[in-house]
Amino acid sequence: MSRLAAKFEELSKSGRKALIPFITAGDPYPEFTVPMMHAMVEAGVDVIELGVPFSDPMADGPVIQRASERALAHKMSLRRTLAIAMEFRRTNQHTPVVLMGYLNPIEAMGYEEFANATARAEVDGILTVDLPPEEGEHCAALLKARDIDPIFLLAPNSSEERIRLMDAIGSGYLYYVSLKGVTGAGHLDTANVKAKLEQLRANTNLPVAIGFGVKDAETAKTIAALGDGVVIGSALISKIEANLDTPAQAKQEIIELLASMRLAMDSNGA
Amino acid sequence: MTEKYTMPDARGHFGPYGGMFVAETLIPPIQELNAAYQRYLDDPDFIAELDKDLQYYVGRPSPLYHAERWSRELGGAQIYLKREDLNHTGSHKINNTVGQALLAKRMGKTRIIAETGAGQHGVATATVAARLGLECVVYMGAVDVARQSLNVYRMKLLGATVVAVESGSKTLKDALNEALRDWVTNVDNTFYIIGTVAGPHPYPAMVRDFQAIIGREAKQQCLDATGRLPDALVACVGGGSNAIGLFYPFIDDASVAMVGVEAAGDGIATGRHSAPLSAGRPGVLHGNRTYLMADDDGEIIETHSISAGLDYPGVGPEHAWLKDTGRAQYVSITDNEALDGFYALTRMEGIIPALESSHAMAYAMKLAPTMRPDQTLIINLSGRGDKDMQTMARREGIEL
Repeated sequence: MSRLAAKFEELSKSGRKALIPFITAGDPYPEFTVPMMHAMVEAGVDVIELGVPFSDPMADGPVIQRASERALAHKMSLRRTLAIAMEFRRTNQHTPVVLMGYLNPIEAMGYEEFANATARAEVDGILTVDLPPEEGEHCAALLKARDIDPIFLLAPNSSEERIRLMDAIGSGYLYYVSLKGVTGAGHLDTANVKAKLEQLRANTNLPVAIGFGVKDAETAKTIAALGDGVVIGSALISKIEANLDTPAQAKQEIIELLASMRLAMDSNGA
Repeated sequence: MTEKYTMPDARGHFGPYGGMFVAETLIPPIQELNAAYQRYLDDPDFIAELDKDLQYYVGRPSPLYHAERWSRELGGAQIYLKREDLNHTGSHKINNTVGQALLAKRMGKTRIIAETGAGQHGVATATVAARLGLECVVYMGAVDVARQSLNVYRMKLLGATVVAVESGSKTLKDALNEALRDWVTNVDNTFYIIGTVAGPHPYPAMVRDFQAIIGREAKQQCLDATGRLPDALVACVGGGSNAIGLFYPFIDDASVAMVGVEAAGDGIATGRHSAPLSAGRPGVLHGNRTYLMADDDGEIIETHSISAGLDYPGVGPEHAWLKDTGRAQYVSITDNEALDGFYALTRMEGIIPALESSHAMAYAMKLAPTMRPDQTLIINLSGRGDKDMQTMARREGIEL
C-alpha cells in the first residue's frame, strides 16, 4: 500500500481529515524548505504538497506565480525539488510528499528518468496541473509501477464521465479544485462544494482533498467536513511573501495558521 | 507524399505534437468549443455567413501581386506577394477573429478575451467584438504595450479593455498565460479567441482552417496568373498562423517547397532569438506539445525579436510536425536582415511591410536569386507596417 493510501486509511479510522499544506520548493530560498516541512509536520499536517517552480504557471494566481519566480531566481528546478524531498525523507518516513507542478520540466527530464528519480526521492504522489488523463496515461503507468500515486484535479465543471476517468487512472487521492479560477482566488461557496462532493462520492472511492479558496481555520473546518482533506496554499505563501526579510517570522506565522486549522478541523466532529 | 494529409487526429495530435495539455477546469470549455467547431465546420449557414463577412467586411479575396520590379532586381524567381496587409485592420489576423467571433456568437458567449503580441490580433479581435457588441478584454505584455502603443490606442478606441501583463518576461507568452487564467475564471460566459495556431486542441486546427483561405486563394490566383502551381512558399513564423494559412492547401502538392522563417533576433548563436524550430527542443507549453525555447530544466527561456509578433518561445504544433517530416523547411532571419527586407520592399515596390512579414521578405531576398526566372515564389505579406512606424523612426533617431 502506498504511503498516501495508508495515511488516508489511518485518518479515516480515527475519524480525522487530512490537513495538506502547499508550499513552493525553494521559496523564498532553497534552505528554507526542508526545515519548514518538518515544522509543518510538528504543527499537525498529514501530507505535504511541494510545488515545483515553473516559469509559466498558467493555472496559478499571482501569489503562487511570485513564489515560483522567487524560487527560480535561486535556480530552483525539478531536480533540486526532488533533492529537497529526498532530504526531508531522510528524517521523516511517515509523512507523504506530493510534488505539484507543470509538465514541461518533466518533459525536459524524460518520463522514465523522472519516474525513477521520484522513486529514489521516495516521493509519494505526482500532481501535474497541465497533464489531464487523456494525455497522462503513459506517465501515470510509469509512476504506478513504482508505487507512486498519480493525482488528478477535478473541477466544479467536471462531468461524471471525467470523474470516473480520474478514478480509473488516478490513485492516492483526487484533488477537487473548489472554484473556477486560479489558485488564491475568490471565496468558497460551501453549498456548491457540498453538492459536487455528493456527485464525486457517487463515482469514486478515492479520498477527495479540497483546495482553492481555503484561507483560515474557519473555512478549513467547514471544508474538512465535506471531504477527506483540505489543501491550503496561497494563504501560506502569502505569509512568506509578507515576511521576505524575516523568514523566521514567516515560518512562525505558517505554523500558527496550520495549528489553528488542525485544532478547528479536529473539533469538527466532536 | 502520396497519401492525403489528414492531420491532426481526433484528439488534436500532429504525430507526437499538439494535444490538449491543460488544467482540468479548461477541459469542459475546450470540449464545448470543439463540439461547436466540429458542428459548424461543415454547416452551410455558418460557412455562408463567414464567406460574406470575409468578402464584405475583411475585403477578401486579397490580391496576389506580382512584384515585377523587385523580381527583376533580385534576378531570380518571379515574386508574388499575397497581400494580407490589405485586409481590414491590416493583417491576416482578421481572417481568424471573424471566424471565431461567429462561433462565439453561435455558442451564446457574451464576452471575448484574447492575447496579443504586436497588437494585430488584439486589434482584429477588438474589431469583431465591437461589430458584434461583445465585451472584449485583450491581454498584452507590458513590454509590448510600450513598443506597440499605436495598436493599444486602436484597441481602446474600439472599446476593448487592454490589460498590460507585468508577470514573467512581459511579452506574448505572459499575455497568453494571463488570458488562460481569465478563461479558467470566467469559463461560463467567455470565449477565448486565440490568435495563432497554438494552444490546446482544437485551436491549432481551428485557427489553421480559418486562415487556410490565404492558401486556397493564393493557389487559384497563382494558377490564373501563371498557369501552374508556385515553386516555393515563404512566410514568417512566430506562432505560425499566417504560414500555416498559406501552406496548408499546398501540403499535398509535393512540388511546392514551403519555407517558414523564424526570428533569429540578435543571431541564433547569441541565444537572443525566437526560433524554437531552428534552435529549440520539444516540450509542452500553453496546452500543446511542440518545439520550445527552454533550458535543460524545462523552464521557458525569454525570447527576443525586433518584431513583437514573432517574440514567442513556442510555435504551432503542426509546424513542428511539418519540420520533423521534412514537408516544410524552417530557417531564421536576424533583426538586421529583417530590416533589410523591410527597406527593400518599401523602396522597390512602395509597400511598407510589418516587421514580422519583413522576415519573410528578407529570406526571399536570399532564396529568389537561387531560382530561375520562370519559377514562382509566393511570399505571404501577412501585415502592413503602419504599426511599426514608431519603432522604425526611433531606430533612425526620429521622434514622431
